[in-house]
Amino acid sequence: MTTATAEDLITSNDWQSLCTREDLVAHSGIAARIETRDGPAQVAIFYLPGHAPELYAIDHHDPFSGANVIARGIIGDVAGEPAVASPLYKQHFRLRDGQCVEDEQVRLRTWRVALRDGHVLVQA
Amino acid sequence: MKASNATPQNLIIVGNGMVGHHLVEQLIERGAHRHYRIRVFGEERHLAYDRVHLSEYFNGRDADDLALSTADYYAEHGIELHLHEAVTDIDRNTRELVTPQGRYAYDRLVLATGSYPFVPPIPGGDRDGCLVYRTLDDLDAIREAARSATTGVVVGGGLLGLEAANALRGLDLDTAVVEFAPRLMPMQVDHEGGELLREKIEALGVQVLTDRATQHIENGDTSRHRMVFQDDKRLETDLIVFSAGIRPRDELARHAGLAMGERGGVVIDDRCQTSDPSILAVGEVALWQGSIFGLVAPGYQMAKAAADTLCGGELTFEGADMSTKLKLLGVDVGAIGDAHGDRSPGARQFRYFDQLKQVYRKLVVSSDGKKLLGAMLVGDNATYDTLMQYYANGLELPADPASLILPNVEGAPALGPDALPDTASICSCHNVTKGAICEAIDAGCDDLGAVKAATKASTGCGGCAALLKSVVDSELEARGVEVDQSICEHFAHTRQALYSIVRVEGIKTFGELIEKHGHGLGCDICKPAVASILASCFNEPITDAAHVPLQDTNDTFMANMQKNGTYSVVPRIPGGEITPSKLRVLGEVGEKYGLYTKITGGQRVDLFGARLEQLPDIWAELIEAGFETGHAYGKATRTVKSCVGSTWCRYGVQDSVGMAIRLENRYKGLRSPHKLKFAVSGCTRECAEAQSKDVGVIATEHGWNLYVCGNGGMRPRHAELFATDLDDDTLIRYIDRFLMFYVRTADRLQRTSVWRENLEGGLDYLKEVVIDDSLGLGDELERQMQTVIDNYECEWAGALSDPEKLKRFRSFVNDERPDPDIIVTEERGQLRPA
Ligand code: SRM
Ligand SMILES: Cc1cc2nc3c(=O)[nH]c(=O)nc-3n(C[C@H](O)[C@H](O)[C@H](O)COP(=O)(O)OP(=O)(O)OC[C@H]3O[C@@H](n4cnc5c(N)ncnc54)[C@H](O)[C@@H]3O)c2cc1C
Ligand code: SF4
Ligand code: FES
Repeated sequence: MTTATAEDLITSNDWQSLCTREDLVAHSGIAARIETRDGPAQVAIFYLPGHAPELYAIDHHDPFSGANVIARGIIGDVAGEPAVASPLYKQHFRLRDGQCVEDEQVRLRTWRVALRDGHVLVQA
Repeated sequence: MKASNATPQNLIIVGNGMVGHHLVEQLIERGAHRHYRIRVFGEERHLAYDRVHLSEYFNGRDADDLALSTADYYAEHGIELHLHEAVTDIDRNTRELVTPQGRYAYDRLVLATGSYPFVPPIPGGDRDGCLVYRTLDDLDAIREAARSATTGVVVGGGLLGLEAANALRGLDLDTAVVEFAPRLMPMQVDHEGGELLREKIEALGVQVLTDRATQHIENGDTSRHRMVFQDDKRLETDLIVFSAGIRPRDELARHAGLAMGERGGVVIDDRCQTSDPSILAVGEVALWQGSIFGLVAPGYQMAKAAADTLCGGELTFEGADMSTKLKLLGVDVGAIGDAHGDRSPGARQFRYFDQLKQVYRKLVVSSDGKKLLGAMLVGDNATYDTLMQYYANGLELPADPASLILPNVEGAPALGPDALPDTASICSCHNVTKGAICEAIDAGCDDLGAVKAATKASTGCGGCAALLKSVVDSELEARGVEVDQSICEHFAHTRQALYSIVRVEGIKTFGELIEKHGHGLGCDICKPAVASILASCFNEPITDAAHVPLQDTNDTFMANMQKNGTYSVVPRIPGGEITPSKLRVLGEVGEKYGLYTKITGGQRVDLFGARLEQLPDIWAELIEAGFETGHAYGKATRTVKSCVGSTWCRYGVQDSVGMAIRLENRYKGLRSPHKLKFAVSGCTRECAEAQSKDVGVIATEHGWNLYVCGNGGMRPRHAELFATDLDDDTLIRYIDRFLMFYVRTADRLQRTSVWRENLEGGLDYLKEVVIDDSLGLGDELERQMQTVIDNYECEWAGALSDPEKLKRFRSFVNDERPDPDIIVTEERGQLRPA
């Protein structure tokens, strides 16, 4: 699951604030740089208002092209599962768990993400 | 044949034409290349090519397109190919072939030397500029001679003669056809048919002279040659093409002492063996039961039989049907079986002759009226397939056979594909029966393409395409296969249906459409398709909040994403015309932002390597200098290429640059099912390559010729001539209608070329809709286009003036540093991805 409850947020301290709600683009993505335990990473944040959950955080790095572009892909669903299509070679990745639909071997990292007081927070 | 472990026998094939090549394929299919050492000799420089479609060489198909195979295919199967090496002699004593390059031993030999065009022995018939029409080299010679010619004559009004005449017309020559017989195509049509054909062909501006025997050819006064006829009448012309029949190329066989026909041709038996059983003959050089077959399908059947003979099989050649269906100079001509009715004693005839509509149909039936023995069609081949099935399969005719040729008779019996027996031949080129098609379907071929690939049906002359499709459709239907045409899993509609829904219900957003007519979130297939439909209908900025998530990244950021995640920038340069100072701005911007700079294939400049966050600044500078977006990222109008035209060029007859700019400015911003490319050439030399574009315009002395549905790219297609000598306004009106009709009816990502190929009724239908306004849509299409034009704004200018939209042009929302993973290196003085 990628959305945390408000209670989680209070008790944990590895949540980073990335931007505000105004930076989000409905039904599309934005990219941000975060620090993780394994070093710096680029994360794509997708915003699906009206959908549950409505926020997803997933690797911005596209393993097929080697370029950082996932946030610029089109959002849709594959058999009901929200997914993003890489803008370069069009592979689909499930937003829920990062699994690549076309290649079982490939899975993007996902992070927990939440909106709190108008701020977008990611746990990394 | 020897066992395969012995030294392989030498098999040599002389002639690498259509039939010789088919023989090679048939041999490979039977594995013969594993126990024969096969060598093929061809006199021409080219590998076997599609002679049937030779004329398309003048319509832009080159030798490679026409090639039936590749040298690799031969090499892969260990077949030695000796092109440009004519065999000069056969030594039957030593069993050797002789060529200028050497002697080659054979155990088995196949002659596939085809035929040559007969040039009547007329004094002067060998003058410079007297040519024939058989090979690619012949066509090169004609093209070359036409450069310095304004008039051309074809001697011979048969099938090939008329095809040659069409070619001369296409080379812009004033063309005449001279026929010895009293009518055109004397072999295929009778007096009435011939007269109709003449009328139609003369209406195209080709002069037709029948009953003319050329006596001699001499120097002309106003042209290069003067032809003098039997009654001392004369005709002056710059170029002469002889097409007075073909003769078998049997000289090798004659020398070698093989049995020959009285009027030529190598005599063969049912197994394609000549009088020397080690030598076989196939194709147009072979004489079977007193007949030579001047068509490719019988040749292919001989090739099959010969391959079988060489592999120890039993297959025999059993004669072939000479029925033909043609379109000559745009005129339909069909001849089935005994079309003249002079080979069938007691036969009865039915005729229908409409001089107003210029249609002639004739049936030859058995004396009891039950069987079709022959048919002749001029002006309309619509009934050909049905008649052919009655004829070829001996089906019993309806009680009133006349109903088959009378126009629009209520209840005229249409012979549906399910009425055909399994033995019915559907494709005669590849000898594919309805039964074989059903088998392929049962073996899992579930669409037309798969059936074609499995059976080869419709991959020869293509004449059976419509029939094949109807058989495949009806068989699939009979098996309960429903062809799913949904655009994707979110909409059970085709793109065309979605288009109508959007228009009829006035739906303006994807959200509304999917809520009412689809389900789920959508995907990367339906979202851009719907975005394109919405843009074609309403042309609202694609950067609006409701539309932006629908776009491919290229449209979202109004730039083309490159492989390292950076973008390219392509400003519009209408018609390719640019002032030096604007050119300088491009240079300055490229330098300032470190962009790799390249001239594109579309006559403009591409600046590569811009990072997302740099795009607004770059565009601000470009727009300041007067540039607009070039939509290089959209399924939209791309470029209108131009040649310099009458303003500078000594040959130009119209201002092609002016027209190109006018067109580009008119249609810029038009979004469509796929990208749109245009070009305008200032004269027939066609330096703008307009005939490879979706919309091509070529200047004439009197205005503009309009070509449509051309394509470069993966599967090039020559554009077709749509209308001639148009004034500026008519030209634009036709293009408006054409484009909007395409936008309305095409499938997603279907270029105009593919759309056109799938358009029922073809070019004629398109002309009816656009020129004759047969659907009464003309005004509406024009109005729609006007809406798009009125709502045009440069998307980049719009985005720059809206801070909300600009927010998206950040690589990261929380960090202004550039993406550290974009690494470049220098090459030839510019930057490129490392
Ligand atoms: C830049 C350019 C090559 C160049 O350096 O010259 C180019 C570059 C691309 N072409 Fe092209 N084509 C370019 C001229 C052409 C031409 C020549 C022409 O337009 O006269 C053709 C053949 C003509 C035609 O389309 O009929 C051409 C046929 C294609 C095709 C094949 C289309 C087809 O119907 O078969 C594709 C693939 C597609 O669209 O699906 C393609 C796709 C592409 C894409 C968009 C591939 C991609 O998805 O990344 C390239 C991206 C361009 C970019 O990032 O800016 N490009 N491309 C040319 C840009 C012209 C311009 O000024 O806008
Ligand atoms: C313009 C045109 C349109 C046509 N349209 C149709 C049509 O619509 N439908 C149809 O069925 N048919 C059509 N035909 C006829 C069709 O092309 C021929 O029936 C077919 O090509 C015959 O094949 P072939 O292999 O016997 O002869 P070819 O294709 O002529 O091949 C013979 C080859 O042998 C070579 N050769 C000859 N002598 C030697 C030698 N001594 N050594 C080495 N090589 C040699 C020749 O150079 C030639 O390349 C058309 C022909 C033309 C010219
Ligand atoms: S030909 Fe291929 S590589 Fe070259 S620009 Fe076009 S799409 Fe790109
Ligand atoms: S009949 Fe020629 S391709 Fe089928």
